[in-house]
Amino acid sequence: MFSKPNDPPMLTAFKDSSLVGMIALLIFSPISGIILNGYGFNTHPQTPIMLAFIVFIGRFAYQLAALTPWGQRLIQKFMLSKGKRGVYVASPGDQRYLWIILAILFIAGLVLPFYLSKYYLTVAILALIYVLLGLGLNIVVGLAGLLDLGFVAFYAVGAYTFALGSQYWGLGFWSAIPLAAAFAALLGGILGFPVLRMHGDYLAIVTLGFGEIIRLVLNNWMSFTGGPNGAKAAEPSLFGLEFTRTAKTDGHIPFHEFFGTTYSPNTKFIFIYLVVFLVACLMIFFFSRLRTMPMGRAWEALREDEIACRSLGMNHVTIKLSAFMMGAMTGGIGGVFFAAQQGGFVNPTSFTFFESALILAIVVLGGMGSVVGVVVAALVLTILPEMLRDFADYRVLIFGILMVFMMLWKPRGFLPIRRPYFTKEGQA
Amino acid sequence: MSDVASPTPPSPLLSVQGLTMRFGGILALNNVNFEVQKNSITALIGPNGAGKTTVFNCVTGFYKATEGQVILNDNGKTTNLRKVLGEKFQWSDYVNPPAFLERLYYKTFGGSHRVNQAGVARTFQNIRLFREMTVMENLLVAQHNHLDRNLIRGMLNTKHYRASEKRALETAYYWLEVVNLTEDANRLAGDLPYGNQRRLEIARAMCTEPKLVCLDEPAAGLNPRETVELSTLIRHLRDKHNVTVLLIEHDMGLVMGISEHIVVLDYGQVIAAGTPAEIEVNPKVLAAYLGTEEGDAS
Repeated sequence: MFSKPNDPPMLTAFKDSSLVGMIALLIFSPISGIILNGYGFNTHPQTPIMLAFIVFIGRFAYQLAALTPWGQRLIQKFMLSKGKRGVYVASPGDQRYLWIILAILFIAGLVLPFYLSKYYLTVAILALIYVLLGLGLNIVVGLAGLLDLGFVAFYAVGAYTFALGSQYWGLGFWSAIPLAAAFAALLGGILGFPVLRMHGDYLAIVTLGFGEIIRLVLNNWMSFTGGPNGAKAAEPSLFGLEFTRTAKTDGHIPFHEFFGTTYSPNTKFIFIYLVVFLVACLMIFFFSRLRTMPMGRAWEALREDEIACRSLGMNHVTIKLSAFMMGAMTGGIGGVFFAAQQGGFVNPTSFTFFESALILAIVVLGGMGSVVGVVVAALVLTILPEMLRDFADYRVLIFGILMVFMMLWKPRGFLPIRRPYFTKEGQA
Repeated sequence: MSDVASPTPPSPLLSVQGLTMRFGGILALNNVNFEVQKNSITALIGPNGAGKTTVFNCVTGFYKATEGQVILNDNGKTTNLRKVLGEKFQWSDYVNPPAFLERLYYKTFGGSHRVNQAGVARTFQNIRLFREMTVMENLLVAQHNHLDRNLIRGMLNTKHYRASEKRALETAYYWLEVVNLTEDANRLAGDLPYGNQRRLEIARAMCTEPKLVCLDEPAAGLNPRETVELSTLIRHLRDKHNVTVLLIEHDMGLVMGISEHIVVLDYGQVIAAGTPAEIEVNPKVLAAYLGTEEGDAS
């Protein structure tokens, strides 16, 4: 704004960065410079100045980088990717070495928990649970194109199936996984059948309502669910070995006694981590394979054009229903792990609309339909807020800014969607 | 060459009887009757707004007709294309449980997909491809009902599953060859030029193995050379693949050249039906297209 066309580039960069810094100062001053104190307020001028200075430095660094040829190439590449459709067809053999990367990641994932503290273990478990939820919702929203704003309902159903099941019928951790999956899928089917004839906004509202209904039922049915006091699930066990200091169930012995080691509270979380990690890997395999199977293709076709699908003899209701149930099932499994990770305690406050929005954000940021994108987004969106605990007050702000920028530059998500390549012999 | 294929067989493949369609107070179709003979090329023509696409949508199950019957009769297997869409309950159903159950079944599981399963495929006036999927995937999706859809077999990649996928790929490649799109097999359908998209849509409809294929303005937006190719393709479909073709078209050159039977619609009514030679000189048809002074046509 203040720069003249014949200024040296360094000066232009400096002026531009100063302007951006000033704007940042204007924005940050009222937010972080004034803190209420009773009926008056205290001013903290150094905080906004610090933040504005960081913005200034960042902008200046960006401008300087843009002057170098390397930086220019990077920017060019970024700008080019803006105009693309975000979909490309694979070329044969371009994923030849993918399995090596996957194998390394898999082993790293298996080894990781043994080096984490208890706090980071719980964060990692939560991140993997969100990977599961993201994958589940990705089927419904990303592949089948059904906007579901109440996905958290199935998550809650999974968690409560485990908790109430163990309270009333002595359900264990392992049997809870398939049972919760089946029950969540059943509920998904019951909800889905009448409403899946609807489209877009109507469906979104119905699912939003369903999410709230589940939460309110859990909250108000005191005699059965325990209401706001929550419910208690069983401790997870492995072949009758428990991870507590002393066995809680008759006939079980604690893990450390069996192996003759000392008790460590981490063991339980390492166990949960490993199980959820393996389940997540299985789901990633399952869903990436599904995309090239008739069912996955039908879901994507349905998202592209429902009328065309019907004209090709595909029953749109059952196809939508299969997507809905598959997503619900994954959400239910995620719920079981959540209950286990919480030390067996669940209550309805964990299943608010904010969770649904977060899972939806994971799917949107990751790129609708991209399995890798969703996994990365889930990890980033759960681990980043934990890393940013020091900025706890600004977490949602940073989150919001990130979303705005993503939607401006990469509306189709981090990663472009990859379409399979076919030869006469099969998929290359 | 045209009259050889249809020496007036005993029963027509498709018969439309008394088809009436109301949109609120508008009578879009009024007692439309026509028949499509097996293995023929039948054209449905008429001025803009005559109700051609409405007839198509009623036949292919995208509209539920207000009155009338649409019957598909394929080698003795008769399907009532209106019933499979799911009809309203009638009073008589409440005293006739089997009829009630049948209607309930079609109300729950019926719909336009049933019409396709009965053997009627269609294309659309404004092309409806799966634009962000590849050409190949478009054709594979069309074979959905013929594929091995068992989840467990698919996950384990069993022999049965692989064989089913391979068959689907072969069928898809066969049809790509017929419509001359083999080179584009792995391109995104939305990236194809317009003429190729039209041909891909026909190939996709054919992948569902229909008895009757309904083409809604297949030549719209094509250049003269592409139009000639299209008429060759349509003849090829009829002669080599044993399908019956019903098409809507405005390009009179194409219609007169390939069709054996023409049905003319105007203001939701059939005003004429016959061979191209008859239609060409029919005063009512000329009046509908060119307009007349009052009283001339009657």
